[in-house]
Amino acid sequence: MDNVSREYMIKLLEKGKRIDGRKFDELRKVEINYEISKHAEGAARVKIGSTEVIVGIKLEVGEPFPDNPDEGTIIVGAEMLPLSSPDFESGPPSVDSIELARVVDRAIRESKAIDFKKLCIKEGEQVWMVLIDIYTINDDGNLQDASALAALAALKQTKIPAYDGKKVDYSKRISRLPIVSMPVECSVVKIKDKLLSDPCRDEEKVMDARLTIGITEDNNICAMQKSGKGVLKPEDISEIIDVSLKNGEKLRKLLK
Amino acid sequence: MYSKRIDGREFDELRKIEAKVGVVESADGSAMFRIGDTIAIAAVRGPRDLHPKFMQNPKRGTLRCNYNMMSFSVDERIRPGPSRRSREISLVTENALMPAVDLSDFPNSVVDVFVEIVQADAGTRCAGICAASLALADAGIPMRDMVCAISVGKVGDKILVDLNKYEEDYEEGSSDMPVAMMPRRNEISLLQLDGEIKKDEIVKALELAKKSCEKILEIQRKVLMEKYKHG
Amino acid sequence: MGLIIKEKEFVIPGDVIAEGIDYLPAGGVFREKDKIIAEQIGIVNIDNRLIKLIPLTGVYKPKPGDVVIGQVVNISFNGWSVDIGFSNLALLSVRDATSEFIERKSDLSRYFDFDDYIVAKISNVGKGNLIDLTMKGHGLEKLHNGRVIDVSPSKVPRIIGKQGSMINTLKTLSNCMVQVGQNGKVWISGENSERLIEAIRLIERESHIPGLTEKIERLLGSSGGEQ
Repeated sequence: MDNVSREYMIKLLEKGKRIDGRKFDELRKVEINYEISKHAEGAARVKIGSTEVIVGIKLEVGEPFPDNPDEGTIIVGAEMLPLSSPDFESGPPSVDSIELARVVDRAIRESKAIDFKKLCIKEGEQVWMVLIDIYTINDDGNLQDASALAALAALKQTKIPAYDGKKVDYSKRISRLPIVSMPVECSVVKIKDKLLSDPCRDEEKVMDARLTIGITEDNNICAMQKSGKGVLKPEDISEIIDVSLKNGEKLRKLLK
Repeated sequence: MYSKRIDGREFDELRKIEAKVGVVESADGSAMFRIGDTIAIAAVRGPRDLHPKFMQNPKRGTLRCNYNMMSFSVDERIRPGPSRRSREISLVTENALMPAVDLSDFPNSVVDVFVEIVQADAGTRCAGICAASLALADAGIPMRDMVCAISVGKVGDKILVDLNKYEEDYEEGSSDMPVAMMPRRNEISLLQLDGEIKKDEIVKALELAKKSCEKILEIQRKVLMEKYKHG
Repeated sequence: MGLIIKEKEFVIPGDVIAEGIDYLPAGGVFREKDKIIAEQIGIVNIDNRLIKLIPLTGVYKPKPGDVVIGQVVNISFNGWSVDIGFSNLALLSVRDATSEFIERKSDLSRYFDFDDYIVAKISNVGKGNLIDLTMKGHGLEKLHNGRVIDVSPSKVPRIIGKQGSMINTLKTLSNCMVQVGQNGKVWISGENSERLIEAIRLIERESHIPGLTEKIERLLGSSGGEQ
């Protein structure tokens, strides 16, 4: 049962009100915790309002891609766990969780957040692979931004284990992951003609479309994803970028 | 000879336990259960519609459990997705909780129990069952009793309770026996064994398990009281 | 023998409340051999020889006569499927929908359309928990211009209060329209809905703690009519 109809949502929005009383450009309270899982090379938990996501990072030694023989790699996976929402089912990753993971990946990759060359062990043969696994714990909207923030927070903490050429010794953590910059992601949904930052679940359920922006430390845009079955106008996109740049600053401050 | 436990505990001493209910806001019931360095989260959704229809039971509701370990919960990363091990543990978890729940008021529907292991240091299925029992009570599912679970076993020559990873892997021999029971009813709903052990050692181990489950029950009671009695 | 756990004590599932034949089980407890045992989290309540629980948790169990809030999710030729947040959809058939005469083959969405919220009464619960609804009756109607929040079904009596005292306080002080369904759905319409929702959450958390009504009055009283 949908608790808030699109009709009611729009009536409220036309009076300038959001369902949870926030301003249109306002983020919910953000919390970041780091003591999550001691076996992870890096991990973090992010809460945005009631939305909660855990990200854990494991490092493994593997072969580089043939066209980048001296660079490490990242692989981002996401599981929208059925415990986190009545709408998620058990089974192989849904297309939504694949989209979530790939958009988080895009921002990290395109902003060149990690110095992949420093992850090279033996050119052409062995590099560090950074495996980022996202798990949703509670869905109250905007799993995308929560996941991106948790991934960044976890990367910041990540330490590279010892490797003797044959076996990884996970009990020894040697050096920090070479993080060069911190991209953040900000999502805005469009409902009729109103643009709302950091959508809660009720808003996502009745939205026309969502635009997620990946933002670098120099306030350049490094990733974009429009999701949802509706449309955006060009003016919307400019406005969304403006408000997201501001909110991105706030999120980035929390990572420091 | 295993004369002293690696973490200094007594042979009948449990690791430190921390638990909390209501940790997944949108779930019907949920709990976190931590014992030593093993952390489990359980969430309950239901009673709700069960698909596919042929799985529906017209006489009573169905309990469906899913146990999963997060990829980074152990040193060697676990590939996401169900494994044969996780599917077996899902089944024994379901069989451990079934005798405790009364789903006769919910024909044709399902109560889903999800267990996620965030960090593993042995005893994960038991921690998952303790968390699931709290989550079921939190969700208001009618239960005949709470379910408590703990692993007991023989490490070297000693019968002990709540094995950690080191003890599970002890080179001179280790038997690991996870037990789940409803303490008031003195009924055992989960029993497995990995290792080699004599009958009288099993009997001793089961007595140890019962005492430990009684301690776990008191912790579960405290945790539920914290949320419910005191608002 | 006799009472093992006193009245007003907090119990969890499996707690043995009484032994022997002196007592009879009522709600939230069950008898097994000579023991009366709690099957939910609750507070022991004893009425003569009846032991029951004031439940602090609970799953909604539909009963005939329950007033519930639901949402229309499907329309067929002879009625509507209504989601009342329970595992099955409830059925509102054409003949129970209204005292007007509805012609065969008329467009049923004129009466209740997809996504409409309604207050209805359960007329029958059949085998397998098949639920029939009726809209014939005082106060049963389509709801306009509001939103729904979920509350624990075990808290519904407290939200309504003795003779409706609590729900009337909520309505008056918040200046909102409120409808409470036994199925744990509360429909709200009005300007001050955030404050009202806070008040309802407070009732849920502190339903069994004395002094609740004063706290509610303070929470809502200061803001009645304002933003």
